[in-house]
Amino acid sequence: MSAAKFSNPVVRWIDHRLPVFSMLDHTANEYPTPKNLNYMWNFGSLAGLSLVIMIVTGIVLAMSYTAHVDYAFESVERIMRDVNHGWLIRYIHMNTASFFFIVVYLHIFRGLYYGSYKAPRELLWILGVVIFLLMMATAFMGYVLPWGQMSFWGATVITNLFSAIPIVGESVVTFLWGGFSVDNPTLTRFFSLHYLMPFLIAGVVVLHIVALHRFGSNNPIGIDTKGRQDTISFHPYYTIKDIVGIAMFLLLLAIAVFFFPNAMGHPDNYIPANPMQTPAHIVPEWYFLPFYAILRAVPDKLGGVLLMFGAIAILFILPWLDRSPVRSARFRPVFRIFFWLLFIDALALGYLGGMPAEGIYVTLSRVATAWYFLHFLVILPMLGVFESTKPLPKSISEPVLATTGEAA
Amino acid sequence: MAKSTSNSKSPSADGVQEPARRDFIVVATYAMGAVGAAAVAWPLIDQMNPAADTLALASTEVDVSKIVEGQAITVTWRGKPVFIRRRTPDEIARANAIDGAELRDPQEDEARVQRPELLVVVGVCTHLGCVPLGQKTGDVKGDYDGWFCPCHGSHYDTSGRIRKGPAPTNLEVPPYDFLSDNVIRIG
Ligand code: HEM
Ligand code: FES
Repeated sequence: MSAAKFSNPVVRWIDHRLPVFSMLDHTANEYPTPKNLNYMWNFGSLAGLSLVIMIVTGIVLAMSYTAHVDYAFESVERIMRDVNHGWLIRYIHMNTASFFFIVVYLHIFRGLYYGSYKAPRELLWILGVVIFLLMMATAFMGYVLPWGQMSFWGATVITNLFSAIPIVGESVVTFLWGGFSVDNPTLTRFFSLHYLMPFLIAGVVVLHIVALHRFGSNNPIGIDTKGRQDTISFHPYYTIKDIVGIAMFLLLLAIAVFFFPNAMGHPDNYIPANPMQTPAHIVPEWYFLPFYAILRAVPDKLGGVLLMFGAIAILFILPWLDRSPVRSARFRPVFRIFFWLLFIDALALGYLGGMPAEGIYVTLSRVATAWYFLHFLVILPMLGVFESTKPLPKSISEPVLATTGEAA
Repeated sequence: MAKSTSNSKSPSADGVQEPARRDFIVVATYAMGAVGAAAVAWPLIDQMNPAADTLALASTEVDVSKIVEGQAITVTWRGKPVFIRRRTPDEIARANAIDGAELRDPQEDEARVQRPELLVVVGVCTHLGCVPLGQKTGDVKGDYDGWFCPCHGSHYDTSGRIRKGPAPTNLEVPPYDFLSDNVIRIG
């Protein structure tokens, strides 16, 4: 290795024996990045930042939290009232969880729009879906910890999903609970797993980055970089752009934490859990609502559960459902329309998941659910065959140089 | 398998039999390793199942003499609510008015009670586990005047049988017996 590239002799000595500095230098300095990335490429670094904030605030919260049905609620109230800065730390943990999901949803839709899941980035995409699943499990278990009414009934409803499995369903649920209802054994194991899973996520994030660096970032026009004229080094160009995104993110997060800390939560979770009484209207955290709407749209228990998990599972095979060789929606006029329809459909499902399961809401949920699956299973495969795409530029540099006025 | 391996590998100086025998040892080693790993994993997984103290079935004794006709009470058994309702003659008649065999979870009313006036069911919706409404006067009781689960809209009749909505089965009847005319023991 070219150890001479570091001027500091200590760095050089270490790097010769443990090439961490070469690795860092490779990722930040040498790593060639397409020069046309827009702000939609900021959400990866923001997701990473969110994970770090969650781990740091979580470890601190765990120092004052008690995982026991008789003390959990009070220990969280104590964090809010008596522990120094406890309110701040808990509100950061709560709100960053929501922001984490906003960021990841935007990150996913970016990938959908620019075809980032297509060859050769299929595994990169699949690892992303794995992270998404782990995040959902982590957030679900975290929401149970304060042991409020929504914690308890959310845990009851979600664990009961597994009772839909034929034959072994009931045993699986008893296994998950460690008893015959959601109770103390459930709370303690959820705490243990809630502590563990963020670190699993961190591990998968490393794999996600390794897969990313194999072929580099996709870009807004979705064609491969053809040489030095198409790329710039990550540092300082994208480090500075990421910092702009981070500043915006932290500003919005601070506004939420300091002025609207409970806006994305549910007031019923400030009522201690009562296993004898279900709240009149139970809803999961907002980031689960689209999936909850799919669950409720189906009048059959097993069918609802299968469709709900299917909605995520379908993302795993997306690279093979969309066979169009063109990545970016910029050159796919018909796909672009359907992309935005899917976006609206996802928002609609989110809205419907929060409404009571009756009357017009049920009908609309069914339409929106059908559309979701239709998009992935029928429309995308057909577009790959029938859509006539616009001509692709020869390279990333070409359109930028040729159409000076428009591209800026 | 052994055959294909011995074909694919060219016979060495030590004889044709050698690779096949070695294959067997390799497979046997993998198999032993897998058995060992499973044996170690089992205690780690099984510790999540209900512990001995949780399993030591707590039973609940209830004096049902205080429940007046048309009234219902909720008691706790194994951490779950149990509904006990003293049904009116009208409610019993309505439960028997329908042929139980035609229902989603076919069951006659007689099979669900020990004494027709006293209905005892676990108050946990068989859909996803919410506690249905209908115990208190003034609660919504659903289209069949039994219970209504607000979570995803399941309707139960006056026998606690599922009539409408996503729940797949009737409200569970827990094991119970009469210790005397007035006292039942659940569990
Ligand atoms: C992927 C990262 C994480 C996510 C998405 C997440 C999510 C959540 C959520 C949604 C809550 C409920 C907040 C509330 O309503 O009170 C929560 C609570 C909690 N989390 Fe996390 N968490 C993460 C990482 C961690 C880590 C690494 C720890 C370290 C032990 C931790 C410890 C806690 C504790 C002790 C609570 C209970 C106190 C409270 O409710 O505020 N979390 N988490
Ligand atoms: S839990 Fe009762 S209807 Fe879903």
